Amino acid sequence: MISGTVIIATEICKGCELCIASCPQESLGLSTSINRKGYRYATLLRNNCTGCVNCALVCPDSAITVYREIKSTKRQSQSAQPTVATQTA
Amino acid sequence: MSTTMNGTMEIVYEKPKTLTDNPTHYCPGCGHGVIHRVLMEVINEMGIAEQTVGVAPVGCSVFAYNYMNIDMQEAAHGRASAVATGVRRVLPDKFVFSYQGDGDLAAIGTGETIHTINRGENILMVFVNNGIYGMTGGQMAPTSLCGMITSTTPYGRDEHFIGHPLKITEMIAQLPGAYYVARHSVHTPAAVRKLKKAFKASFESQKEKKGTCFIEVVSNCPSGWKMNPLEANEWMEKNMFPYFPPGDIKLPATMK
Repeated sequence: MISGTVIIATEICKGCELCIASCPQESLGLSTSINRKGYRYATLLRNNCTGCVNCALVCPDSAITVYREIKSTKRQSQSAQPTVATQTA
Repeated sequence: MSTTMNGTMEIVYEKPKTLTDNPTHYCPGCGHGVIHRVLMEVINEMGIAEQTVGVAPVGCSVFAYNYMNIDMQEAAHGRASAVATGVRRVLPDKFVFSYQGDGDLAAIGTGETIHTINRGENILMVFVNNGIYGMTGGQMAPTSLCGMITSTTPYGRDEHFIGHPLKITEMIAQLPGAYYVARHSVHTPAAVRKLKKAFKASFESQKEKKGTCFIEVVSNCPSGWKMNPLEANEWMEKNMFPYFPPGDIKLPATMK
């Protein structure tokens, strides 16, 4: 399975939980601490993220950046050429 | 931010450059944020940020110009399409869009909306329909559903007294100036992807000067509906979609 991860801008997040409901892997949850605005923010609970981008698509505050593992064949070609194609869904 | 992480991970999704870093003033779970982002993503991917002019409305999205990192103009209440007409006439080669809510486009701006589309102005009109006046405290809008409880209809909207919800999208689809009319939503990842395609098709058609593209986005208003965001999306699917069904309403032959 392809592995991925998300980085959530915790100070931007308003804890609406839409990303949590959209995650097919159930990787996301709310934090136990609060951010500066007073919201419990979304956070990655398990590291079974596949980088499917669903959470970022429904995030109203664009707080989520999604990373996905580079396939080994692609990684070799990239080491020769450092340009990275940013694919957006 | 770098595009890779430790050399093994690459970015597959990030906030588009056409959105500013300002945190939005929208309530948690509000659809406006998603619609802003999808619109700006399309502009970013098409590389037309320097050639696009947006017109912001009055309503919750009144500060859209604070979040969209492109040239924006604020319009008087309901008159975004009229201002967009002016922008279009002066700058015929630019991409122009107006962004309005239901209290703006379907209530005070009904006249401007109908006549802009009747003239077939070559603009994209984004219509965010959440069935309520969100900004002013959840009053009844022309698109509020029958029986819907709002702060001005505490016993529910009585269609015999106030009339039926206005299906303005179906109405304007009858006009010859309308080129592409569709209704979408942003409550699921699949719906967001569909909306993105619709925005892209609309901007593509502007290049060919085809006429007005009108995209309605059925959205939520967790605060106005007095629900949490997840309940609001569920309520929207259950109650809004039967009256405002998503799908293409007027599809030009070239897009079929």
